[in-house]
Amino acid sequence: MLVTSSPEVEKSATDEKMVAPQILTGAEIFLESLVREGVDTIFGYPGGALISLYDYLFKEKRLRHLLVTHEQGGTHAADGYARATGKPGVVLVTSGPGATNTVTGIATAYMDSIPMVVFTGQVPSHMIGNDAFQEADILGITRPITKHSYLATNVEELADIIHKSFHIATTGRPGPVLIDLPKDMLASKTAYFPAVEIDLRGYKPTVKGSFKQVRNAAKFLQGAKKPVVYVGGGAILSDAAAEVTEFARKLNAPVTTTLLGLGAFPETDDLSLGMLGMHGTWYANKAVDECDLLIAVGARFDDRVTGNLEKFSPHSKKMQIDIDPSCIGKNVPVDLPIVGDIKSVLEELNPVLEKCESDAWLQQIAQWKKEHPLRYSKSNDVLKPQQVIEELSKVTEGNAIIASDVGQHQMWIAQWYKFTQPRSHLSSGGLGTMGFGVPAALGAQVACPDRTVVGIVGDGGFQMTSMEIATAVRYNIPVKFIILNNGYLGMVRQWQELFFEKRYSNTHLNPSNPDFKKLAESYGAWAMQVKTLDELQDAFEKMMTITDRPVVLDVIVDQQEKVYPMIPANGSFENIMEAEE
Amino acid sequence: MKHTINLLVENNVGSLLRIAGMFSGRGFNIDSISVGSSEEEGLSRMTIVTHGDDEIIEQINKQLNKCINVVKVFDLTGEAFVHRELALIKVQATPTERSEIMQIAEVFRAKIIDLSPTALTVEATGTEDKINAIISMLQPFGLKEVSRTGRIALKREFQGVTV
Repeated sequence: MLVTSSPEVEKSATDEKMVAPQILTGAEIFLESLVREGVDTIFGYPGGALISLYDYLFKEKRLRHLLVTHEQGGTHAADGYARATGKPGVVLVTSGPGATNTVTGIATAYMDSIPMVVFTGQVPSHMIGNDAFQEADILGITRPITKHSYLATNVEELADIIHKSFHIATTGRPGPVLIDLPKDMLASKTAYFPAVEIDLRGYKPTVKGSFKQVRNAAKFLQGAKKPVVYVGGGAILSDAAAEVTEFARKLNAPVTTTLLGLGAFPETDDLSLGMLGMHGTWYANKAVDECDLLIAVGARFDDRVTGNLEKFSPHSKKMQIDIDPSCIGKNVPVDLPIVGDIKSVLEELNPVLEKCESDAWLQQIAQWKKEHPLRYSKSNDVLKPQQVIEELSKVTEGNAIIASDVGQHQMWIAQWYKFTQPRSHLSSGGLGTMGFGVPAALGAQVACPDRTVVGIVGDGGFQMTSMEIATAVRYNIPVKFIILNNGYLGMVRQWQELFFEKRYSNTHLNPSNPDFKKLAESYGAWAMQVKTLDELQDAFEKMMTITDRPVVLDVIVDQQEKVYPMIPANGSFENIMEAEE
Repeated sequence: MKHTINLLVENNVGSLLRIAGMFSGRGFNIDSISVGSSEEEGLSRMTIVTHGDDEIIEQINKQLNKCINVVKVFDLTGEAFVHRELALIKVQATPTERSEIMQIAEVFRAKIIDLSPTALTVEATGTEDKINAIISMLQPFGLKEVSRTGRIALKREFQGVTV
């Protein structure tokens, strides 16, 4: 396959063939290859092994490098950039500690199948294995959390390795790829041949679903009375929101999404059931429990969705579409599997679909929605965290990009923000990485300067990566941060209250939390503390007018509030706990 | 159930580590693994013997296919295939014991490849059972050192007849 690029680049590549090839250093080839891949932004942090490369970057005008404040933040920012756009996030860090600081970010991207290419500096080739200064075996450390990785010891192979890495990161089931760049390789020179044929004998992902299997699927779906479509992050990664929506409407089937599937189907649609699983809606879980047909679209039957596998959706026939064969039938047996890209498979399947006779089922679901809505009790004394999300959803009309951290607030976002578009909900679903929210929002705002981007975080997770506010200030990035400040590690506190007889072991943060307003202001952000609904509305209004720097709202919320509904770990629908009316 | 899986993998250090790491990271078992060059330059052939129930074996095959370095995965189990193991067995042997050991070796069609006043080394090839058997026979003389390869295997070209 030929590496695709813009027509201008193609043209110049053709021109170059006629003249003698340029002799370039590894560092220059690195930059040329990135430009050819269409990279516009690098999130990085310099260091000894990369000084020469950073010297070339200093003069480089075709792509921009954002200096992050910590390498972990750099990887999450690249991840947020990738989730918001579908383009691969690019990270550049130095050897040793620079490289090891990316580990959490790489693992986060790996678990959620996010395309990312991470470049790590490395000590000179002849010193590898010698316990040299700032040496770490980053290939060894990251092997289980990368889709693939390369050590580029030979400058002649560098361009080829870079193009292969981008191909691997972005195709099939996407994921992070790491390239280790020894310092001497970056300095050595070779003839640069830009056009590259990618030939990976062991990597040929199945994109198109088998024709026969798609026909079988159309038949398989006929006759269902109680269908449910269960949509996961794969639908977002495949940019298949339109196809998923058409599929559900043609089939006349309700849609529930996983945490990572939010936005693949408009939650304003009557067919939407919201999220399912541990903190999913009562009616989504009820529908999955009772349905006679469950269609998993880019979803992997994660334990936070299924709970007890024995009791998960016991009455349904199951169909699963996924690009990764290893996801099919891994946790739950599937009656009709289709291996392929969601968009491509649904494009084939939608035209031959027949409507299910599911009107009675949809009426039943409408009834359940009335009887068991998502709910919380408002208070005159204190803001409820759900209220903050609900207000934000109204103010932004469900059109903002929302990055979350991990914990209670993450679930409240999933429940109360009414997502209408794909690539708008950025959340660490698989790894559950606290500290993801702030840098991911930053990266998304860099990628989408015209959208409102809000990072909603807890007071715990905020402090894991809050230093990235400095990055936002450095580049005048108007990303918004809302801290839902309850002074606790709220989700752990909730489990302690419910399952550990209120022994709040090491979850109370309050006496030592800083004044977040002052902290943010010291970085140069615009900040405000909010305690009432009036102040909240005022703050939202003001924050929308700020376009030249980040905003931090420290919103003091109820300490006792819990996330409901809740199905305890390894439970089933019969164990669901609802909020009091 | 025991499964013998043959792989063609790109010939570099990363390949073996990725495959072995995938097994340990996902809690799969490796009973034996042997790697060497294949008929094609740049590709190694790897034979992995593993065990697990059908679901685990299916996952192992799928996960192996996912490794970028793995060009081809072929689960030989259920097919007709030939397989061999090689063992080098260094046995304590006084001059009076030598002939007895040599007789045992002959029964197993093994060879003596090293000889010293106090020991001799037997080279045996065959199935795992045969290697186990010759080792048991030699044990009473005193085993000084044993080195065994894992199983290597190839599909039988003619599938109609099995031995």
